[in-house]
Amino acid sequence: MTALLRLENVTKRFPVGRREITAVDSVSLEIHEGEILCMVGESGCGKTTTGKIISGLLRPTSGTVLYRGQDIWQMDRTAFSRFRKDVQVIHQDPYASLNPVRTVYKTLSAPLFRHRLVKNRKEATQKIIELLEIVGLTPPEDFIHKYPHQLSGGQRQRVSVARALTVNPRLIVADEATSMVDVSIRISLLNMLLRLRNELNVTFVFVTHDLSLAKYFAWDGRIAVMYVGRIVELSPTPQLIQQPRHPYTQALLSAIPEADPKLTRSKQRFQLRSHEIPSLLNLPPGCAFHPRCPWHQPGLCDQLRPQDELLQDGRQVACHVVSQQDREAAG
Amino acid sequence: MMSFFRTLRRHPSGLLGFLGIIFFLLMVLVGPYVIPLDTKVKVDRIYSPPSLQHPLGTDHQGRDILSQIVHGGADLLYVAFLASLLSTMIAVVLGALSALIGGRVDSLLTGIVDVILTIPQFPLLAVLAGFVQLDSSTGIAILLALLSWPHLMRPIRSQVLSLKERDYVEAAIGLDLGTRHIIFAEILPNMASYIIIHFILAMTGSMYAQIGLVFLGLVPFSSSNWATMIQLAWVRGSIFFADSVYYILAPIAAISLFQLSLVSFSRALDEIVNPRLRAGDA
Repeated sequence: MTALLRLENVTKRFPVGRREITAVDSVSLEIHEGEILCMVGESGCGKTTTGKIISGLLRPTSGTVLYRGQDIWQMDRTAFSRFRKDVQVIHQDPYASLNPVRTVYKTLSAPLFRHRLVKNRKEATQKIIELLEIVGLTPPEDFIHKYPHQLSGGQRQRVSVARALTVNPRLIVADEATSMVDVSIRISLLNMLLRLRNELNVTFVFVTHDLSLAKYFAWDGRIAVMYVGRIVELSPTPQLIQQPRHPYTQALLSAIPEADPKLTRSKQRFQLRSHEIPSLLNLPPGCAFHPRCPWHQPGLCDQLRPQDELLQDGRQVACHVVSQQDREAAG
Repeated sequence: MMSFFRTLRRHPSGLLGFLGIIFFLLMVLVGPYVIPLDTKVKVDRIYSPPSLQHPLGTDHQGRDILSQIVHGGADLLYVAFLASLLSTMIAVVLGALSALIGGRVDSLLTGIVDVILTIPQFPLLAVLAGFVQLDSSTGIAILLALLSWPHLMRPIRSQVLSLKERDYVEAAIGLDLGTRHIIFAEILPNMASYIIIHFILAMTGSMYAQIGLVFLGLVPFSSSNWATMIQLAWVRGSIFFADSVYYILAPIAAISLFQLSLVSFSRALDEIVNPRLRAGDA
């Protein structure tokens, strides 16, 4: 598999007053054509920022973003425009992602006309009806002349998806795309996105804080677990869920409530030393997780930053202790 | 257009305001062709009360007041319209640029705005009117516009600052829809009701400003208009004279009614321009 998009040591810093915070800290990542990659982590861990860097909406402070092997920030105008169309974003808040003064028709027809995908209003209407059918807004005639305020949250989110599809994207970055709609609608939205991936072979980067959603959506894909700006574990979904390696992943997994309350209560909680997420303005030295980590080794974890290391089973983890164990197991 | 009238129907005050504006426009545009301006001095009819011949009575020289009212609005309305049009345009362009470019341009423009806003407007206007040769109404409109745009520029700038961070603007950037589309199709329509309402309220403001200038005698306005009528009434001492009440009240009533129409129409406008408030087309 070739990488559709690659992040190489991407770092993004934001100024906060006179200081700076590092929202994303030397993240390297490969996204393969047709795969589903989930990024999970707590709020403020940099997953949204990473999503915006992937989609070219934010320029990283350092590091490179390669799309089909080309640095997107060195591209000429045409190549960059091509990239812009190929990579689309679906936003979290369906109430903010559609312009309230523009009807569904206007929202969807603007990119069609702009990129000369249709010639006239008749063709545009036809294309829009097709798109609305793909995203499950049927009958399309009922929706095409509606304003966003006349639609429900789930319907709006489908319009956002249709808008992203107008330009035939290769990669869709879905930033918490289902977290603001009702739970009852969530699963049908997810299934719709999965169908798109199967039918149109669109690659997905799915950003979420909900590990169980990631598990459902990316079962045959990979999950990247982020913690304060870094990817701490990256591996295929089944392995990550069944046998998490990084202590942070273990903590996240053990925090997922089960449908059975008895099971949830009896579940072995992974004990953290602290529940406080460190402030981005004052990150602990060494491994950023060490103040919370039950396995931490004084003198190592609080001194030295762990590197992204490939384990024997091909998974990528950034943890001194896990790497040690892995080396010992290998003999 | 249909929804315009449908919305107006549900707003009695807005409808009245709209009809009032139409009435005044007809009066100043068509009226002069119907009612000739009475310039003949008639000593026997000084300050006569309303009658069939003179529906609003006569002035200190026995001339018909109604004809002066009909002829005396065009200048004021023209200046008010042009001044607020210019000031709104300057404010929208500079406010949007300031917010979108940011950095030094933004600091410079907001600096200029702050300076203009701290100077008391009317005294400055009065002083400027004394220095600048103001013999055309267009000149006065430009002067009024140059002094009033900062009031709108500030709120426009902050609205654009907020709107440009919205997700749908980011989506438009991602779809590569172009800067022009983003400004004119995504951002500005969201401020349309605000801009139009401000435009109308700016008209009332520039109306009062020029009336003030004329009243103080700083602007040599031609012959009869509502403002000169008030000034003349003042200079001739007719405000102390009971019989001359019609002469002083007629222009004041005309001005107030016009301003009232503008304000009540502007209140209905928000609902007309904003699709979220528009009911009945769901």
